[in-house]
Amino acid sequence: MKILVCISHVPDTTSKINFTDNNTKFDSNGVQFIIGPYDDYALARAIEIKEANAGTTVTVLNVGPADTEPTIRKALAIGADDAVRVNAEPSDSFFVAMQIAEHAKSKGYDLILMGRESIDFNGGVVHSIVGELLGIPSLSPVMKLELEGTKAKLAREIEGGKELLEVNLPFVAGCQEPIAEWKIPNMRGIMSARTKPLQVIEPMAVDSGVSLQKFELPPAKGAVKMISSDNVGELVSLLKNEAKVL
Amino acid sequence: MNILVFVESAEGKIKKTSLEAVAYAHGMGGKVAALALGTVDAADLAALGKFGAAKVLHAADARLNDGVIQAYSSVIVQAMQAENADVLVLANSSLGTPVAARVATKLGASIATNVTELPETAAGFVVKKSIYTGKAFSKIEMKNAKKVIAIKKNAAEVKEVGADVAPESFTPQLADADFAAKITATEKATGEILLPEANIVVSGGRGMKGPEHWGPIEELAKVLGAATGCSKPVSDIGWRPHHEHVGQTGVKVSPQLYIAVGISGAIQHLAGVNSSKCIVVINKDADAPFFKAADYGIVGDAFDVLPKLIEAVKAAK
Repeated sequence: MKILVCISHVPDTTSKINFTDNNTKFDSNGVQFIIGPYDDYALARAIEIKEANAGTTVTVLNVGPADTEPTIRKALAIGADDAVRVNAEPSDSFFVAMQIAEHAKSKGYDLILMGRESIDFNGGVVHSIVGELLGIPSLSPVMKLELEGTKAKLAREIEGGKELLEVNLPFVAGCQEPIAEWKIPNMRGIMSARTKPLQVIEPMAVDSGVSLQKFELPPAKGAVKMISSDNVGELVSLLKNEAKVL
Repeated sequence: MNILVFVESAEGKIKKTSLEAVAYAHGMGGKVAALALGTVDAADLAALGKFGAAKVLHAADARLNDGVIQAYSSVIVQAMQAENADVLVLANSSLGTPVAARVATKLGASIATNVTELPETAAGFVVKKSIYTGKAFSKIEMKNAKKVIAIKKNAAEVKEVGADVAPESFTPQLADADFAAKITATEKATGEILLPEANIVVSGGRGMKGPEHWGPIEELAKVLGAATGCSKPVSDIGWRPHHEHVGQTGVKVSPQLYIAVGISGAIQHLAGVNSSKCIVVINKDADAPFFKAADYGIVGDAFDVLPKLIEAVKAAK
């Protein structure tokens, strides 16, 4: 079985977000980058499937410039066999999805996994665009994935519950917890990752339908109004008359 | 400009987030047609006219009773063609967002999800999106002739602007391939207020000390007509179901009122709640970081404050 796992290279979840260049560029100063947390779940599930099914290979793909390579090496350390980096800024969802589909279309992947969304732009659409471009089903957000031969049983989280599905391979899944437990690379994994193949390919040209004008930060929060625990009634009247939310 | 709005329903009732999508489309100022799929209450369909739809299309085929992503995408594209629509508006959701993506790809449309405001159209067509899990926004120009916009909750206010309209039946072509992913069962908490759609959310954290102490959280939620949520540690240790986890990697909420009880306010939790209109924090630790992100705060023991708060809410009704 061949599995493709697409990963994003994103600021750590504790990062403070700032912009530079007149609010047109993300300020990466002092920011630590990680494998997207949802992508990490997808990768962990792919490695579990590989461990349970001899002869399975896991390829990771990232669309990003050269500075994403430490993130890609980490995915190799976690257990992926080889990696592909499409050498381009991941400017928008459609651009990224086109690069993934272009790579995947001739490779015969049985399963294409990624996170339900990247935690930088939160578009939540790359998996579904890839599915449509390749003409195969796409399911997201997937919280459970079990393979049975050429078929898979999935659970997709829906508002207030879940939906159980059956689908034939190949398909694309946008993953989230609790599909698998995150894996932490061990020393042997880290050593072997250094020599695993990482192929760099140039992007295909894409006519993107969107362009960024600028970033904005939310307005600063006013000071918190503290209320005594002996006077809870005041909170209710403030919520009613001042905040007008009751 | 012709706008198609895809409206979602649950148990035959149109979802409130979809009424916001209709209101958003109406606010854009074009000709609005709403499309509903599967079995939907007749009164709910007609009422879409009140909220801004000039026309209501209904594809009642029973195969569309389940939210099958590929089939829905294909039906929506057919409706857009039939209505000569330039723009599709829908609500971000576990169904809406994947459907938006496939529709945009089929149509060669520009797509924007998590949109928080009406577009600016003075120069080009510019939408504002929530990014970095609510920590920032981006303004994006949508350049293609066709556009797909998935709105975040509270992007538009639902108002009565018209009268009921008689729904027209819409008969799409359905291909077997569109049902390749087969839904075998749906497990859903019924009768509860759904967290992503709730106007008020009451969440508990580790400060609640155990799942057996959730009674006051549930009771406060009940008297407020609120949904219940929880922090990540609480769902990780199984005190509460995973679909209640609010935060960066869980459900992102944007209610009118978010009440956090016994949650310290890790940055990952704040990311899931920072687009709430008003935040109330109740914590016995006066130094809990959550107070910095709150509008109102009470330092106190949850088991002392919650019963008093429940009584005060009841008294104010």
